[in-house]
Amino acid sequence: MTQLLQQIINGLSLGSIYALIALGYTMVYGILKLINFAHGEVFMVGAYTGFYAASALGVAGFEANNQSFPLYLAVLVLVLAMAAAALLGMAIEFLAYRPVRSAPRLTPLITAIGVSLFLQNAGMLLFSPNPQRYPAILSEVRFELFGVIVTNIKLTIFVVALCLMLGLHLFVQKTWTGRAMRALSFNIDAAKLMGIDTNRVIRSTFAIGSALAAAGGILFGLDQITINPLMGVLTGLKAFVAAVLGGIGSIPGAVIGGLLIGLAEQLTAGYLSPEYRDAITFVILILILLLKPEGLLGVVRVEKV
Amino acid sequence: MRALIRVVIATAVLLVIYGLQFGVEAGFTQYVQRIILLAGINVILAVGLNLINGTTGQFSIGHAGFMAVGAYAAAFIGVQLAGPVHGTLGPGPLADAIIFNLALLAGALFAGISGLIVGMPSLRLRGDYLAVVTLGFGEIIRILFNNATFLGSATGYFGDSPSGLPEYTNFFWVFAWVTVIVLLIHNLTFSQTGRSLTAIREDEIAAEAMATPSTRLKVTAFAISAASAGIAGGLFAHMQSGVRPEDFRFEKSIDMIVMIIVGGLGSISGAILGGIFVAVSLELMRDLQQYRLVLYALLLIVIMIVRPQGLLGTRELHHLLRRKKAEKPPAPSEST
Amino acid sequence: MSLLELRAVDKIFGGLHAVRGVSFAVEKGAIFGLIGPNGAGKTTLFNVITGVYTPEHGQILFQGKNIAGLKPALIAERGVARTFQNIRIFRTMTVVENVMVAGHHLHKASIPAAMLRTRGYERDEQALRKRAHELLEVLGLAELADEVAGSLPYGSQRRLEIARGLMLSPQLLLLDEPAAGMNSQEARTLNDQIRFLRDQLGLTVILVEHNMAVVMNVCETIHVVDHGETIAQGTPAEIKVHPKVLAAYLGEEPAETEASA
Repeated sequence: MTQLLQQIINGLSLGSIYALIALGYTMVYGILKLINFAHGEVFMVGAYTGFYAASALGVAGFEANNQSFPLYLAVLVLVLAMAAAALLGMAIEFLAYRPVRSAPRLTPLITAIGVSLFLQNAGMLLFSPNPQRYPAILSEVRFELFGVIVTNIKLTIFVVALCLMLGLHLFVQKTWTGRAMRALSFNIDAAKLMGIDTNRVIRSTFAIGSALAAAGGILFGLDQITINPLMGVLTGLKAFVAAVLGGIGSIPGAVIGGLLIGLAEQLTAGYLSPEYRDAITFVILILILLLKPEGLLGVVRVEKV
Repeated sequence: MRALIRVVIATAVLLVIYGLQFGVEAGFTQYVQRIILLAGINVILAVGLNLINGTTGQFSIGHAGFMAVGAYAAAFIGVQLAGPVHGTLGPGPLADAIIFNLALLAGALFAGISGLIVGMPSLRLRGDYLAVVTLGFGEIIRILFNNATFLGSATGYFGDSPSGLPEYTNFFWVFAWVTVIVLLIHNLTFSQTGRSLTAIREDEIAAEAMATPSTRLKVTAFAISAASAGIAGGLFAHMQSGVRPEDFRFEKSIDMIVMIIVGGLGSISGAILGGIFVAVSLELMRDLQQYRLVLYALLLIVIMIVRPQGLLGTRELHHLLRRKKAEKPPAPSEST
Repeated sequence: MSLLELRAVDKIFGGLHAVRGVSFAVEKGAIFGLIGPNGAGKTTLFNVITGVYTPEHGQILFQGKNIAGLKPALIAERGVARTFQNIRIFRTMTVVENVMVAGHHLHKASIPAAMLRTRGYERDEQALRKRAHELLEVLGLAELADEVAGSLPYGSQRRLEIARGLMLSPQLLLLDEPAAGMNSQEARTLNDQIRFLRDQLGLTVILVEHNMAVVMNVCETIHVVDHGETIAQGTPAEIKVHPKVLAAYLGEEPAETEASA
């Protein structure tokens, strides 16, 4: 029983990270009907920015002295990473996706694959292909709760993810840009005719999605301890599956999808075999696309003939 | 009469290839020979992938999986056949030729069947979803091979001899198969079936309204392209001492996509050029793997933005030549 | 037995009841008009008849057999051809290739035969090409046979769509706004072409159309829908003065329909 609880806790924390990344996929797809293959790499860049920022702020020094990294600096690292990712996301949108926005669907797909490939390999060249140990931006504190081991890192993941998701929810519901984002996801041409500056809204969408992914990147680094330039490939794909599972284009869907994928992965690793933890996500992908392609919370779109 | 002429032409072509083999083996270093063989294998991959991605417009990005199936099947069956065939015919080139080609056909068959299995459910999905599902299947196939103990798991399959798989692959076989596959796929593309596939690409709804059995054709094209990748896989396997799952990672699927995009999505000549390009750049940049992939990435992005139709678009080299001739002033009989 | 009969057909899209209990019958050899204001559900009806959509309720009897919910390719094979409101020709293929695509029933050769270019394959291909050229002649497109379809002028593209449909050797031809974008001269030619299709080729034609000069002159029976429901059916003379029809087409001068030849 405690084993199950342990797996569930681990699965939900992993799932929260997937959810943060999935939000970016779902928001971009909702508006542009584009799978932003490069989003996984933005997550990776976020993690690495955190890595370098923390190093620059002297985290090694604190570790050596057995002190914890000050909270305000940790927050600063988070903010820096989110900002850097937001800039990267906007740059990708502007340089690679905007020029092909009106092209037939295949073209942006290939472009996205190209951007993803580019960032992966640029990352290998810039950051060193070897895995790096993530700095202790948060020092781990373990405690036991009903026989289950919970670390402060897991709690932080829940709290940070929750806050960010709530923030996003408020943003999308209450702010003008948020409402514009929803309008664009229904009908981008109508939104343009209503005088909405679609370029600006799209840019914001990329910025926000990227920032969330970066936060996910740092949390991932804290949780998994090591990072490498290809970390975005598999994790990005899993987060994409999460977005599809929840219903691509749906923000609550991305959250639910993320948590479910995290749980599925953790339970498979725990009860079936660690070898298949990655495969289960692909199996879920195939099942969902064959059985209910619009996802759990998605809406069936009928093509006008 | 017609059949006789065809047999004569086929024999002549094979003799030419055989002759070229001597030239190549004498005149080029091992290093260059390897590039030539890889180029041929790539051409088979590219022309096959172009049938489904280019002509039919169904974008699959997991084809490395089918290459893997073909490679493993050919390797395994080849090893099983070696005993009985050598037992009956003794050792020597004839026995080897029979074993090798049967193994390749087995590879094509298994790959084709996996193509059917993957294609049937997937081809109901729209563009980008199809791409992701094929990616998923490609990865699943690789994970399965990675965990298949009887095929060597992650270490790979090396047959049952200490020196590994027999290296049947040589210039003759590669280019004999290149000729066969390019010819068959070319004929298919410029037939009623090819027209139907193009119609499906152009406008699937209109194609169906014109009685085109689109799902059946899409799945068939998918299976044919998978079988083609299977032959390439079999040829590839017998160039190395063994078959390893890591040879068929997503990067391989990306290589295949670069081949058809650079040459022009929908053009067979383009696929051939693209296949050669990737083989050459792979070897030239062998020590600079990361840079090669960065180059490919930039190539994909820039091509999509600047010239999405690649080198040749959907046209073939021989069409371009014809067009050059046609650009003469109109004949006097045409009224203005 | 009518060639085509709709019985209480319903089509619902989520919250939108696009077609409500529509029934009508089209006799063999008729030229039947389907009209109604924009958004009335006319093209949806075409889509339901040709299998693009499956109706929630009702039957669609073609030659006595229910085709509701069958796949479009199957329905086309049975003899129902159509054109589209927004022309859907195969733009990068040539004109003759566009027509040949529809010739599946003439081309029995299998894929291996195509790959190997057997004699049987070549024969079928010749026959198909010949038939395609014949149809292009009929529609006046013979000189454009090797032109890329996308480069054709609008009117020629529309005629190409019809030629392509004729390749199916259909009994029933559904034309979706064939007169769109035509001037009155072209519309008159269209009327002649539609009559030709019926008189010389034995086709039954159903026409969705907004151009009243065409509808009133060439259709023998007209069925009017509005908001997915039938509001009237009758001869052109009856429909012209039908109060419900006039009410639905608010803003259309009844006198306008007299002005055409």
